[in-house]
Amino acid sequence: MISLRRLAAMVQARTLEFVRDVSALGWNLLLPVFMVAGMGFIFSGPGRPLFTVGVVGAGSLSAADHAFLGTPQVRFYAEDDVASGLPKVQRHRIDMLLDVSAQPVRYWINAQSSKGRLLEKLLKADDPTAQAQTVSGPQIRYVDWLAPGILGMNMMFSSLFGVGYVIVRYRKSGYLKRLNATPLRAAEFIIAQLLSRLVLIVGITVAVFVVCDLFLDFRMEGSYGDLLLVTVLGAMSMIAMGLIVSARFTSEELAGGLLNVLSWPMMIISGVFFSIEGAPEVVVWLAQLFPLTHILEAARAIMLDGAGLTDLARPLLVLGGMTIGFLLLGSILFRWTPE
Amino acid sequence: MAAILTVRDLRKRYPKVVAVDGVSFEVEEGICFSLLGPNGAGKSTTVEMLEGILPPSAGEIRFRGRPLDATYRERIGIQFQNTALQDFLTVRENLRFFRALYRHGADIDELIEVCRLREFLDRDTRKLSGGQRQRLLLAIALVNDPELLFLDEPTTGLDPQARRNFWELVRSIKARGKTIVLTTHYMEEAYLLSDDIAIMDHGRIIARGSPQQLLSEHFDDSVLELPVSAVAGKSLALPLLQRGEWVEIITADVGAAVRSLLAADVPLDRLRIRPRTLEDLFLQLTGSELRT
Repeated sequence: MISLRRLAAMVQARTLEFVRDVSALGWNLLLPVFMVAGMGFIFSGPGRPLFTVGVVGAGSLSAADHAFLGTPQVRFYAEDDVASGLPKVQRHRIDMLLDVSAQPVRYWINAQSSKGRLLEKLLKADDPTAQAQTVSGPQIRYVDWLAPGILGMNMMFSSLFGVGYVIVRYRKSGYLKRLNATPLRAAEFIIAQLLSRLVLIVGITVAVFVVCDLFLDFRMEGSYGDLLLVTVLGAMSMIAMGLIVSARFTSEELAGGLLNVLSWPMMIISGVFFSIEGAPEVVVWLAQLFPLTHILEAARAIMLDGAGLTDLARPLLVLGGMTIGFLLLGSILFRWTPE
Repeated sequence: MAAILTVRDLRKRYPKVVAVDGVSFEVEEGICFSLLGPNGAGKSTTVEMLEGILPPSAGEIRFRGRPLDATYRERIGIQFQNTALQDFLTVRENLRFFRALYRHGADIDELIEVCRLREFLDRDTRKLSGGQRQRLLLAIALVNDPELLFLDEPTTGLDPQARRNFWELVRSIKARGKTIVLTTHYMEEAYLLSDDIAIMDHGRIIARGSPQQLLSEHFDDSVLELPVSAVAGKSLALPLLQRGEWVEIITADVGAAVRSLLAADVPLDRLRIRPRTLEDLFLQLTGSELRT
């Protein structure tokens, strides 16, 4: 039988604890504000466009160039030429490529894209003469594009929460104080956390990839070794990021809030579920600050384009730099016990 | 005997408070040295500085005549009052884990016997009783075969039987030549285990000596205890000190006090006479009110 008196006392005690933990309370208030503001910024304007169309040969991107360009809920952007736009159609980064300089106008869609098919219907309604063009090269399935995103997202959550949250709990419970009484050094502890989680994450990611590949037969143009290297480096960079969050705090609520602040923007703008092609420049710039963006860029380049290590120099260097930078910062900030 | 630990003018200042205000003492090798004090007296801060966990604001600590260095943690053992252990590890796995953190150490099997861990060796540490858990924490503190052992309120929360068992364990460890620095709120524990005691208050040491020395220096009287009901309504010339359901009469002349009670027709069938204890001294020196 539940005692309302005990229940009320417990609710009061827990509420007081939460309210008096100023930092955690602050984050719990600020996080939704950041989330709403961030989403509002990214998807600002009169409603989020449902489709993205690259347009070649348009002067003003308006209905004056072609009646279809006046269609609402479609984001039109200028593409330099057909050659640069076609790979984006193949890789589901855009839903359609339209060349209005040709007479009649030409368009390309990915045969695997349901959004492309819908756009085709809309275009034909405005301009029945528009000519469908064949996308040269293989048609990439959405699942081939999505798989690295899902695996990367899983790595991100496992890295950030599996390390960051756990270390904060260790500190709160006094376990870190106990370890500090031994000859164990902070760097040893940090590296041990990184290695332990790295083995776990890479093992799980590889296992999930192999099992899914059996059923879905992922497109793989590049080397599995290169993909493993990206996975290892990517996991290390995100674990190191989690170590920074866990360096000092003792409040699990605060750590959880901070980890959410890091993980949700990555989910949205790093290209997990959809490409940010055509998004405002500042969003593209912000995305470059997150390791997940570079992991997905490199993994998709290997799997879909057959990129080799020399092609991947930039994302690999960025991930390596982030790992070292985050580890250094985490080590400097790290404290065994609350101050 | 040589001092294993030498403390000179130790201070710890925080922005709003001076926790330790110039503490000096020596701890001789092979003894049990106890640091006592009410909450906020500065003993935990002092001990954490001695353990090398907290840097002092001023003063010095020497271990075997040398300043504390990187090897110090290899040579000391600490049992904290509240220590969480890694979840999902057994007693044996915890011992092995901590043993692996030290270059040299005790034989694990011997430690298991000394701390009487055999019966629950493969049990998850989350499923240990209070006494079992404290014995494991003591074993972890001894895992590197330390020369100096810190015990921070090791029996807090234990039932009387588990507490007595733990005292036996501490005695056996001391008999092996280990030096022990003990903090405790239990005066009986300090009295039974300590060779040397320092009582702290307001960041300073206010009394120092062996338990017997401290008592003989501060007291030459005894305590008569009677139920409150026995003296109610009686006209007594003796000063009475009420402690709950009992009154205390503190006197240097027990015979005279008993005669006064008889003269006042006080029933003596529940009369208790006891010598002064460390708890009396503690309360006298630090005040009878508990501070938090």
